[in-house]
Amino acid sequence: MSAFLSFSPDEVTAIRLSLKVALWATLWSLPIGIAVSLLLARGRFWGKSLMNAVVYLPLVMPPVVTGYILLLLFGRKGPLGRLLADTLGIVLAFRWTGAALACAVMGFPLMVRSMRLSIEAVDRRLEDAAATLGANRFWVFATITLPLILPGIVAGMILSFARALGEFGATITFVSNIPGETQTLPVAIYTLLQVPGGDLAAFRLTLVSILISLAALLASEVLIERASRRIHGL
Amino acid sequence: MLEVAVAHRFGSFTLDAAFRSAGGLTALFGRSGAGKTTLINAIAGLLRPERGHIIVDGEILTDTEHGIFVPARRRRVGYVFQEGRLFPHLSVRQNLLYGRWFAPKGGRAGEVEQIVDLLGIGALLDRRPAHLSGGEKQRVAIGRALLARPRLLVMDEPLASLDEVRKTEILPYIERLRDEAGVPIVYVSHQIAEVARLATDLVVLSEGRVAAIGPTAAIMGRIDLFPLTGRAEAGAILATRVASHDPSFGLTTLRAAAGELRVPHLELPVGTALRVRIRARDVMIALAPPEGLSALNILPGTVAEIGRADGPIVEMRLDCAGEALVARLTRRSVETLGLAPGRTVYAVIKSIAFDHHTFAGSAPQSPGADAETRHG
Repeated sequence: MSAFLSFSPDEVTAIRLSLKVALWATLWSLPIGIAVSLLLARGRFWGKSLMNAVVYLPLVMPPVVTGYILLLLFGRKGPLGRLLADTLGIVLAFRWTGAALACAVMGFPLMVRSMRLSIEAVDRRLEDAAATLGANRFWVFATITLPLILPGIVAGMILSFARALGEFGATITFVSNIPGETQTLPVAIYTLLQVPGGDLAAFRLTLVSILISLAALLASEVLIERASRRIHGL
Repeated sequence: MLEVAVAHRFGSFTLDAAFRSAGGLTALFGRSGAGKTTLINAIAGLLRPERGHIIVDGEILTDTEHGIFVPARRRRVGYVFQEGRLFPHLSVRQNLLYGRWFAPKGGRAGEVEQIVDLLGIGALLDRRPAHLSGGEKQRVAIGRALLARPRLLVMDEPLASLDEVRKTEILPYIERLRDEAGVPIVYVSHQIAEVARLATDLVVLSEGRVAAIGPTAAIMGRIDLFPLTGRAEAGAILATRVASHDPSFGLTTLRAAAGELRVPHLELPVGTALRVRIRARDVMIALAPPEGLSALNILPGTVAEIGRADGPIVEMRLDCAGEALVARLTRRSVETLGLAPGRTVYAVIKSIAFDHHTFAGSAPQSPGADAETRHG
């Protein structure tokens, strides 16, 4: 039993890397996710349906395709990749940051969907009421809209985080499988299954993966419950 | 001083209304769909009208001709919504203080306590809106609007979602607001009893237009407006004072210019000013002072105007020592009695016709209002 639970340094690295990648993917997509959700829920502009389609595209496209597109755009020779490298010195290709980008893109539709639904559920008449009390648009958003959509934001973040933990196809296509740099949990499990005698380690990591996902979902339940109770004052 | 002229179209509905108010409580009265809410949304800045102007205390808030539209947040027009619209995630205290954040600084000391006291919401401060009754929610909503230090308060049927008991609970607070807070109020309602009790001036709206405007008593006494004010509840308003109490019979005597009225006992000190609405359907007409009659109230007067017969029913206005009284009779009675303008008659009103619907609390002073109906 103790032998079963003794993780090798490589396995620990994979777990920590996975958590780091998923966390950064979620945090970086959060402000963009809120902005895009607001635009899609409230905006009226030309090209809105196109924007909507593009946001949801990673949900329906094969992850390998998404990963390949990322490679084309953000690879060392890709237009955006070169721009980032030349101006900011940021290299995404074959780095953990690239894995985070792949995870963020894959989790983005889930995050936006959850946030958008909660924004659409906000009673806009409350915002009108705040305006008649003297609040400008920023304060209306900060004191009324944001607190009211908090459960949706939390749910969106958890979904994005869980999706990032499970991301495989886009990650391996974009940033490959480099132990300690881009080898996240699913990639590590896949790799272990390719080696003779790797079954036990793969099973261990599978259990860890299940535990993390379960913990994330339970945490989201608690947070959403608490947030909505705060909102409805029950 | 408030001046409003608004023209706006929604599909097939056209609102084209104008009125002026010098203060007090101006009621916008009319059926649902008459354009009342649209009008106050325009005043509050929640709606940008196609044409028109809105001026409060000399400041132009809307003037479409010159492209002026002050946004709602800078108008300082307090809004009490029909459904309260309290912020569900904030406590009552936070709701109340919300507008003060943004209001001009330097209010009177103890202002919060005073308004909390006026509305009787001191015990609710730490609760969430979800734990308030409908009446409590509306009182908090009124307090929240007041504490933003508005120069004008608009109220959109604040009692519509409440049952009778809750309504009677809130009405006195609105009366105190009208008489003590010193903020002019524009009050939307389709309940004539509410309007009769609260309004200093009345703007009757019908299908997006102003049908009549003037001091409440004058408008309520106009029989030509009965189709708009609602026949069943229509009635004239008399300004009275409590003259005496008769504890042995449990009666209170009220004195009006038109004469004395004996009504079921009222828990009010002698001298209290009181508005009484006498419903047209509760008034009987006699040609001579009746005797051997159980009704206690007999007011002499002359027939001033007889309305157009509409089926079996005829409405008429009496002049009782300068005050208007309205009556609803059958066309047959009008013919049998030979009633015609100028004829001396006696209006007979049963004491029990007075119930809590017809008493209007302390009588407000009318600062006067007038209006123009815009053409074109």
